[in-house]
Amino acid sequence: MGIPVELLFEAVLFGILLGGFYAAVSAGLSVSFGLLDVPHVAHPAIMVFGSYCTWGLVRAGLDPIVAGLLLMPPFFLLGMAVYRFYYETFEKRGAEAGVRGIAFFFGVALIIEVGLILGFGVDQRIVEASYIGKSLSIGGDLRVPLRTLVVFCVAVLITVVLTLYMSKTFTGRAIKAVAQDEPALRLMGVNPVRIKQWAFGIATAIAALGGALLIIIGPVEPAMDRAYIGRTFAVVVLAGLGSMTGTVAAGMILGISESVVLMHPGLGASWAPAVSFALLLLVLGVRPQGLFGR
Amino acid sequence: MKFWIGAAVAMALAIAIAGFVNYEYFFFAGYTVLMFVVLATAWNILGGYAGYVNFGTPAFFGLGAYTAALLYKTYAAPLALQILAAAGMAGLLGCATGLLTLRLRGIFFAIATIALVVMMETVFVAWRYAGGATGLQLLRPAPTAPFESYIKMLFVLMAAMAVASVVIARYIERSWIGRGLRAIRDSEQAAEASGVPTLKLKVFACTVCGALMGAAGAPMPMYLSFIEPFSTFNLNYAIGALASPMIGGTATWLGPVIGAVVLSTLQQVVTVTVSNETNVLVVGVLLVVFIVAAPEGILGLFRKLKR
Repeated sequence: MGIPVELLFEAVLFGILLGGFYAAVSAGLSVSFGLLDVPHVAHPAIMVFGSYCTWGLVRAGLDPIVAGLLLMPPFFLLGMAVYRFYYETFEKRGAEAGVRGIAFFFGVALIIEVGLILGFGVDQRIVEASYIGKSLSIGGDLRVPLRTLVVFCVAVLITVVLTLYMSKTFTGRAIKAVAQDEPALRLMGVNPVRIKQWAFGIATAIAALGGALLIIIGPVEPAMDRAYIGRTFAVVVLAGLGSMTGTVAAGMILGISESVVLMHPGLGASWAPAVSFALLLLVLGVRPQGLFGR
Repeated sequence: MKFWIGAAVAMALAIAIAGFVNYEYFFFAGYTVLMFVVLATAWNILGGYAGYVNFGTPAFFGLGAYTAALLYKTYAAPLALQILAAAGMAGLLGCATGLLTLRLRGIFFAIATIALVVMMETVFVAWRYAGGATGLQLLRPAPTAPFESYIKMLFVLMAAMAVASVVIARYIERSWIGRGLRAIRDSEQAAEASGVPTLKLKVFACTVCGALMGAAGAPMPMYLSFIEPFSTFNLNYAIGALASPMIGGTATWLGPVIGAVVLSTLQQVVTVTVSNETNVLVVGVLLVVFIVAAPEGILGLFRKLKR
């Protein structure tokens, strides 16, 4: 059962870097599911779609991160459209929206996944950039791939900007308000549906950037969203729905535990996918309101 | 009465087909369609009546399949025993899942059931005796007396299981259990407040649902002469089991049957004529179209036409 100390140190270091990435890919879900209560099972699928768009733009000669940023406006509009549709068909009618809403997003995820398979095949896709494939030595024989550092920095930036947006701007505060008390917002003369639509657009735009990070950190294939359903929901639930600070902390916890399991001599790669789901079940069973829950 | 005659006719038809048709592929395809009738009917007991979305079909189905395969590998147990044991194991897992509903509702329950699938897959990938990631090759025994081929026997067996599961679902639907489950779906708090034993009913529904799914999975290793974790715990089973009732209609036992027959037949046709990927796309598109445009499924459409 033992794991050598230097290996553990390495695992924790990689876990922190990985954790930042997990926080970034979950940030969008933390808005759409955490704040707006939309059972957005298709979030990881939209992210993988973003990865494929990034792949296309990189082939046209762009840097993957620039590509991800360029994808944000169109995905923002896409997100607004998706929420509008969801609202008109399910939320507005109220009753029984639960089962059908979940099944709806599940179906959407399926369509995106198979669409990608039909369009691009099941092969893995990778992108090229100046920082991919190099590594940085940080003392001794410990080397960190440059790409994980770049992804980590972008991830931190995403969460910081999103946190500031949510607490400092008028619209950001309105999004938080709509999550807390929708009828009150309506009494103040604000249209909650428009605020939610805006927020869902932001969530989808972040998913596009998350997709760019996803393809920077490793090869991407269409069915990848299935593994990320567990990871992203685990992070959001562990964080406590909608808490940005919590999202970072939860991402780190998931990243470190996955990385330790991965490097553990007795467990290894075959147990790593179960970590996020085990964590999720544990949190749901023991502390459903999450670490930083309201 | 009409129902029992219908059930008897369906069963007689399956036996007659097995007696007169001699086209092997028909039985391969027919088996899959009937299997989805069982899965969809089982899913609907929890998802349709009680309103709890279960993505965990592959977990129950796969546990059943592995129970059967391991019993066969270790003791060369007969098929009937394999099915009973599979139903028992998957029923236990269903019971445990039912206890989860104590704290989890809606999307949280749905995600937890996905978690169940991944955990089961991980366990069986890591378990050497069960074949690990490479899987287990199983040698089929000779078919039992009146059947001349094994696949025909499995076809008739699955037909019997489909009829049995529909009978169970119909019983639940019409008894006080079904009324209780529907009360839970409409408002769990109101149901609890008016004296419906919600937890007991939910655990019961989960157990029955799990046991039926496990039974449906039990003949799978014999059907393929092979078992392997990645295709056994594949989420595509969850999609089929969920999409069929949604397409057929979730309110009654007939909905999932119609949905499963229509959807799986269509899938078989598309898989053969176009490709396996297109077949999954068809399911996805049909699912979304029906949820959005015809929330009460094919049955609901018929009811509208009649009016």
